[in-house]
Amino acid sequence: MPLLRCLLALACLYPCLAAARPVTDAAGRRVEVPERVTRVLAAGPPAAVLLYTLAPGKMVGWPRAPSPEERDFLAPELRDLPAYGRLTGRGNTANVEALLALKPDLIVDVGSTGATYASLADRVQAQTGIPYLLLDGRFAATPQTYRTLGALIGADTEAEMLATESERILKAVAEVVAAVPEDKRPRVYYGRGPRGLETGLSGSINTEIVEAAGGRNVAAAEGAGGLAAVSPEQVLAWNPDVIVALDPDFPKTAAADPLWSGLKAVREGRVHAIPTLPFGWVDAPPGVNRLIGLRWLAGLFFPERFPQTLGDAVRDFYRRFYRVDLKPEQLDRLLREAAGPGPAR
Amino acid sequence: MSGTAGPAGAARPARRLRALGLAALGPAALLLLVLVSLGIGRYPVPLADVFSVLSAKVLAPLFGHPVATDPTAATVVWQVRLPRVLGALVVGAGLAAAGATYQGLFRNPLVSPDILGVSAGASLGAVLGIVLSLPVAAIQGLAFVGGLAAVGTVYAVGLAVRRHDPVLTLVLAGVAVGALLGAGIALLKVLADPYNQLPAITFWLLGSLAAVTPGDVAAILPAMLAGLAPLVLLRWRVNLMSLGDEEARALGVETRVVRPVLVTGATLVTAAAVSVTGVIGWIGLIVPHVARLLVGPDFRRLLPASMLLGAGYLTAVDLLARTAAPIEVPLGILTALVGAPFFLWLLATARRGWA
Repeated sequence: MPLLRCLLALACLYPCLAAARPVTDAAGRRVEVPERVTRVLAAGPPAAVLLYTLAPGKMVGWPRAPSPEERDFLAPELRDLPAYGRLTGRGNTANVEALLALKPDLIVDVGSTGATYASLADRVQAQTGIPYLLLDGRFAATPQTYRTLGALIGADTEAEMLATESERILKAVAEVVAAVPEDKRPRVYYGRGPRGLETGLSGSINTEIVEAAGGRNVAAAEGAGGLAAVSPEQVLAWNPDVIVALDPDFPKTAAADPLWSGLKAVREGRVHAIPTLPFGWVDAPPGVNRLIGLRWLAGLFFPERFPQTLGDAVRDFYRRFYRVDLKPEQLDRLLREAAGPGPAR
Repeated sequence: MSGTAGPAGAARPARRLRALGLAALGPAALLLLVLVSLGIGRYPVPLADVFSVLSAKVLAPLFGHPVATDPTAATVVWQVRLPRVLGALVVGAGLAAAGATYQGLFRNPLVSPDILGVSAGASLGAVLGIVLSLPVAAIQGLAFVGGLAAVGTVYAVGLAVRRHDPVLTLVLAGVAVGALLGAGIALLKVLADPYNQLPAITFWLLGSLAAVTPGDVAAILPAMLAGLAPLVLLRWRVNLMSLGDEEARALGVETRVVRPVLVTGATLVTAAAVSVTGVIGWIGLIVPHVARLLVGPDFRRLLPASMLLGAGYLTAVDLLARTAAPIEVPLGILTALVGAPFFLWLLATARRGWA
C-alpha cells in the first residue's frame, strides 16, 4: 500500500500548501477558505448573479447557459463561460466530476441559510473537498453579503462600491416608503405562471421586494408561505391597485380578457410585465438583480416621489452592477417593458 | 370478473329500484349542486344578484329591459363561476364515462382513463408548452395533441404485436409508453427555469379548474361530444365485450372494429378534459365503481349513472377547492384525498363482484 500512503500524506499536506483561514459563514458553518481565491463557482442562479456583479473575472461558469436574448445584456467576455448546472437544493443538475474539472477554489451559494441548506453545503464540501460558503440571500442583507464575499475572495474595493450603491438604493426607497402612511400604499398583486394565477404569500421570497418597495401584497393577508395558486374570482375580490406579472404578454392579455379588464389595475393601466433581461427585476432568480426592481416598483407605486427618470437609474445600475453600457435600443426595450400598456381607453 | 357475479336474481330488483331512484333524484341533486356552486365563491355575490345576472343575459334579449347589476358580479358569474361549473360538469362526466368504458373494455376494475398513457402524453405536451413559454391556448393544444399521440402510439404497438392477448398487450404498452413519457416530463422539469417555469409546471400537473374560461369550455365541447357519442351509441356492445373477445365475437360484435372506436372515443374525451384542467386523477377509477354499486354492471345503465355521478362529484370537489381556502387547493390533490381512502374502503367491504 505504499501508493495509498503517499496519497494520504499528500492529502494531509494539502491544507499547508494552500494557506487557508477559517471563516464562519451565514449558516454558522466553519469553512476553511484559501488565502488566494481566483476561481469561484456559483452553486445556483442567485449566487451567479452576485458573483457576476462582484468579481466576474473569478467566475468559472454559469449554473445555466444564458439564452441568446440574455447574452446581449451580459458583458461579452462572460457570455461564453461554460454551463455546469445547479448544485444547490434538491434539484441538483450539476455533475460533480465536471465541476471538479473546472478547478474552483471556492463554491458560493446565496439564499436560505436554514438547516437543510447548511447540511447540503456540508455534503457537497465533503464530497468535493472544495470549501463551500453559504451566504445570506435575504434582500435586506445585500450590502452585508457583498462585503462578506468581497473580503473573502479579495475583491474588497469592488464589494465596498457595490455595497454602498446597494445601501443607497435600499435607503432611498425605504425613506420614501416610510413617509407614506400604510393606507396610502398600493395594494399589489404579483401574478406568475402562464395565466398569472400563481402568486406569493406573505413572507415568500418572490414577493419580498414588492413589500420593500412599499406595496401591500394582497395575498399576504391569506397567510404565510411560498407560491400558491389562486382563482380569478379571488383576484377580482382583491381588486388590486397594481398588478405586476412575470409573463411579458400579460398586460396585453389582461386588457383583452373580460375577466381581468374590469379590475381597477387594468382600467387604470397599472398592469406591468416585469423586465427580465439579463436577470429578472423582481424574482427569477431572487438575487441582487432585484435591486433595480426595487427602484422600479417604488417608482411605479409612488411616481410623484421619484422625480428621477427610471432610464437614468437603469443605465446606471446596468453599468455598475452588470458592467454593460446599454445601447439606446436595449434601454428602450427595458423601459418599454417596465412601463406597461398605459391606461385603458 | 366476467358475467354477473353473486346472486344476480336477488340483487336485480333492488338495483332496478336504485337505478330508478337515481334517474329521478340524480339530475335534481345535480341541478341543486350547480345552483349552489354558482352562488358560492371568494367574491361575494348575493344569491339574488346571481339570479338577476343570469336572467339579465337571457331575458334582456328576449324582452328588452336590461336588469341593472354590478358589472364585477356579472363578470364573476359569467366569466368565472359558470365556465368553472360547466367545466366541472363536462370534465367530470367525461372522465367517469371514459373510466367506465375502459374498465368494461379491459375487463379490469383497476383501469382508469389514463391507462393508455393519455394523461402522461397530455402532461408532456403541456410541460413542453410551458418550457417554451407558449401562450395558454398553445399549451392546451399541445396537451390535447400529446394525449392523442400517446394513445395512438400505444395502439400502434398493440396492432404490431400480434403474438399475445390484444388487451394485455395494450395495457402493457400503455404502462411502458406512460413511463417513457414520464421520463420526458422529468427531463423537461430538470431543464426548466427553476424560479419561473418549474412552479408553473407543478401547478399545471396537479390539475385545476381555476382558470377555465368560457372559451375553454367551448373549445373542448366538440371533442367531448364526439368522444362520448360512440360510447353512448355502442353501450350495448360494451356489455358484450366485457364478456371477453371470443364471446363477444360469437355474439356478433366485431371487436376489431368496435374496440378502436371505443378507445378513440374515451381517449378523445380524456385528452380534451386533461388539456384544459391538467391531470385530475381518481374520478375515472372511483366513480364507475360507485355507479356499479348503485345500478349494477349493465353498461347501458352504468354509463349514464357514471356520467351523472362524475359530473356531480367533480362539481362538488371543485366547490370545495375554491371555497375551502383563499388559495386554490389543486383538484388532483383533493380527488386523491377523497378517492383513494374511499377506494380502500370499497376494497375492504364490497362483497359483490367487480364486473
